[in-house]
Amino acid sequence: MEEKDIHSELASIRSLMERSSRFLSLSGLSGVLAGIYASIGAFWAYQLVTDKYNSLIISDSYAENPNIYHVLYLIAALVLVLSVLTGILLSIREAKKKKEHYWNPVSKRLITNMAIPLAAGGIFILILISKADYQYIAASCLLFYGLALIAASQYTISDVKYLGFCQIILGLLAAWIPENGLLFWIAGFGVLHIIYGSIMHFKYNQ
Amino acid sequence: MKNNSLAQFNKAFENRIRLQIMSVLVANVSYDFNSLKELLELTDGNLASHLKALEKEAYILINKTFIGKKPNTQYSASEKGKTSFIKHLEALENLIKQQKIG
Repeated sequence: MEEKDIHSELASIRSLMERSSRFLSLSGLSGVLAGIYASIGAFWAYQLVTDKYNSLIISDSYAENPNIYHVLYLIAALVLVLSVLTGILLSIREAKKKKEHYWNPVSKRLITNMAIPLAAGGIFILILISKADYQYIAASCLLFYGLALIAASQYTISDVKYLGFCQIILGLLAAWIPENGLLFWIAGFGVLHIIYGSIMHFKYNQ
Repeated sequence: MKNNSLAQFNKAFENRIRLQIMSVLVANVSYDFNSLKELLELTDGNLASHLKALEKEAYILINKTFIGKKPNTQYSASEKGKTSFIKHLEALENLIKQQKIG
């Protein structure tokens, strides 16, 4: 066996071990788009809130106007659905471009491992809403999302864990200073996604 | 090329596909037949015959279950299989080192 044959053999083994255990077709662009949706949504929500109350602080005075909550929930749901859809569609496109199967044991593991902390977080936030306890919603979004990213990082590009750590730090800050929860939320879901997505796009998708 | 390094080469891994199957099974807890087939782009018969060869060496463990009415066969690497795979990779690396010295 020639030396270069052995090198190519070892390289192909390494690539196969990685491809079989990690889903690598995540799209950086979907991160950027999710960040943009989140920023637009948060800006929209901010405008609604400040128009009526001239303040960023989420307080019980909102309870006087239940309509504003419905609009805020609608914006949140819209941002979530659009981000998830964009993420899935662009990943499928990326996998097709690489001629890989997107529905395989690794993508299934990735989805289950992300879904567990996200579902727990989602239910926790619904409980907070049902108890009209709004001040820790932003912190909870950031914390559970960060934990989900760290769980996911074992089954995809391992850089995802750094995004997870940053979201957790922002979540803790948002819990510490709940008056500025929305600002931390924008920093995490908006700004960080755009920065992280661009880095990933240039590092892996080029 | 020296003989002592050749002796460490594993006959079962001379075949590229068998080596590929082992690398997937070493990197994962288990893998099912269809996903292996898609990943390695093999036909049913081809994959089955290589899996049989690895099974004969006791390098892989097989777990047959059913999902509904569909059979779902999971394959995983045995301890013996993992050790042999690592030894084979070490032998390949040693060969590179020896060629650099020689």
